[in-house]
Amino acid sequence: MSLIEILIITLIKILIILTLTLLTVSYLVYFERKISAWAQNRLGPNRVGWEGILQPFADVFKLLLKEDIVPNKANKVIHSLAPMVALFVAFTTYAVIPIGPNVQIFGYDISLVVADINIGILYVLALTSLGVYAITFAGWSSGSKYSLLGGIRSSAQMISYEISMGFSIAGVLLLSESLRPIAIVESQAGWMWNAVVQPIGFITFFVSAFAETNRLPFDLPEAEPELVGGFHTEYSSMKFAGFFLAEYANMIIASALITTLYLGGWQIPYIEKLGLADWLVTVFQVGSFFIKVGMLLFFFIWIRWSIPRFRYDQLMNIGWKVMFPLSLINLVWVAVLIMIFN
Amino acid sequence: MSLEILLFIVFSLISVISAILMITRSNAVISALYLILNFAGLAGLYLLLNAQFIAVTQVIVYAGAIMVLFLFVIMLLKPEHEKKFLEAKPKLKIFAVAIAAIIFLQLIYLLFFSKPSESLSPEMTKSIDSGTIEAIGKQLYTNYLLPFEAAGFLLLAATVGALILAKKKIE
Repeated sequence: MSLIEILIITLIKILIILTLTLLTVSYLVYFERKISAWAQNRLGPNRVGWEGILQPFADVFKLLLKEDIVPNKANKVIHSLAPMVALFVAFTTYAVIPIGPNVQIFGYDISLVVADINIGILYVLALTSLGVYAITFAGWSSGSKYSLLGGIRSSAQMISYEISMGFSIAGVLLLSESLRPIAIVESQAGWMWNAVVQPIGFITFFVSAFAETNRLPFDLPEAEPELVGGFHTEYSSMKFAGFFLAEYANMIIASALITTLYLGGWQIPYIEKLGLADWLVTVFQVGSFFIKVGMLLFFFIWIRWSIPRFRYDQLMNIGWKVMFPLSLINLVWVAVLIMIFN
Repeated sequence: MSLEILLFIVFSLISVISAILMITRSNAVISALYLILNFAGLAGLYLLLNAQFIAVTQVIVYAGAIMVLFLFVIMLLKPEHEKKFLEAKPKLKIFAVAIAAIIFLQLIYLLFFSKPSESLSPEMTKSIDSGTIEAIGKQLYTNYLLPFEAAGFLLLAATVGALILAKKKIE
């Protein structure tokens, strides 16, 4: 393929992934409100369109029309930079997540991932480690003590849980012997899903993912009763919407990562033995990826409306005294497995 | 002009300009921001040299971990006190200028009077793959195992030291 062709194909992939994410994010907000309504025996949004199906668009227009308020004490540049950093980190991570096997379209052999780089998992870790800045900047630049407290809390939380996250990923990498997301998915053929082979690592990664996305029961950075709104207290209009978007985009990233690393990615066990046509198998596999991600997203929302928030010392105790040792045990477990079966 | 040269110019401009802005800003937080930008530019330069692993660790370790720590210290310690400290003791400035001059002379010596390192085997420098994670891992666990383990042990000792310093005294 020539450079121009590669550029065009990559641009098309980026466009598809971006539209897909933006649509999913807006409907994720809708489903969050609907599911919370069911959990609390209410009706939820049901006025705009059939069963409130157009509610996300109404929300976006409302936020667009609101006045953008920047506090007097705020550092103006960094104050507007923070939501941009949050969005940048949230959307660029999608580049390395594969949603299906290679396909043949118009004679081109196309992989269903925007960038197939051989250090893909490190790329994800690098970007998530930059995600701390969005919250720290927002907290510091607002010139409000609630924001600063929320920002500092959040950074401490994210740094603490990044460690157990990294060690859980190390277990996956030991088995797949590669940092390429596609190779990791392919190493989980059949029922060799990492969630089955290394259940402890799956659980530690799952819990760390909740902490990294600042979702309940780990949403201390924006704990409403103590901190008003935490790091985004002083944000309004589209800048607030930026943080809101980034939070839900991060949820999708976390679900997609869990699917890729632990639930076999796009793979359906033993589908090749059914003797279906190639294109049908691909369609089913891409579908299975989206179904897995969707179920994980539902789980995220379900947990939020079922479990109360941790206290700050509990959060730190769980991170350092439970999750960290557990992820180390998982690493040893995987190493022993490799010793025995190699 | 090839794409590589164009990218090199972009990344080196980012690095140089952000480095200059970093030392000329009076607000320490803004300085730290420019340092992060500088690290990002350097990571891009490493990528152009085919050193993907170093590029990503540059972002994870320096931009992602160390600079977060820097920012915390700056935000919590309020750097305004530093200014008063310097105004009260003007002789410190002479000391700082002297150290800066020494480092600058060292850099000039390295750039113009020293030979390039010959410790790398010619095959390794030629190979495009020398920057990949597999190549670095192999080198670390075979040829450079002892320094690698020693560095790990040093880090462990530092962690234990930090824990003991921060621990509350319980009678």
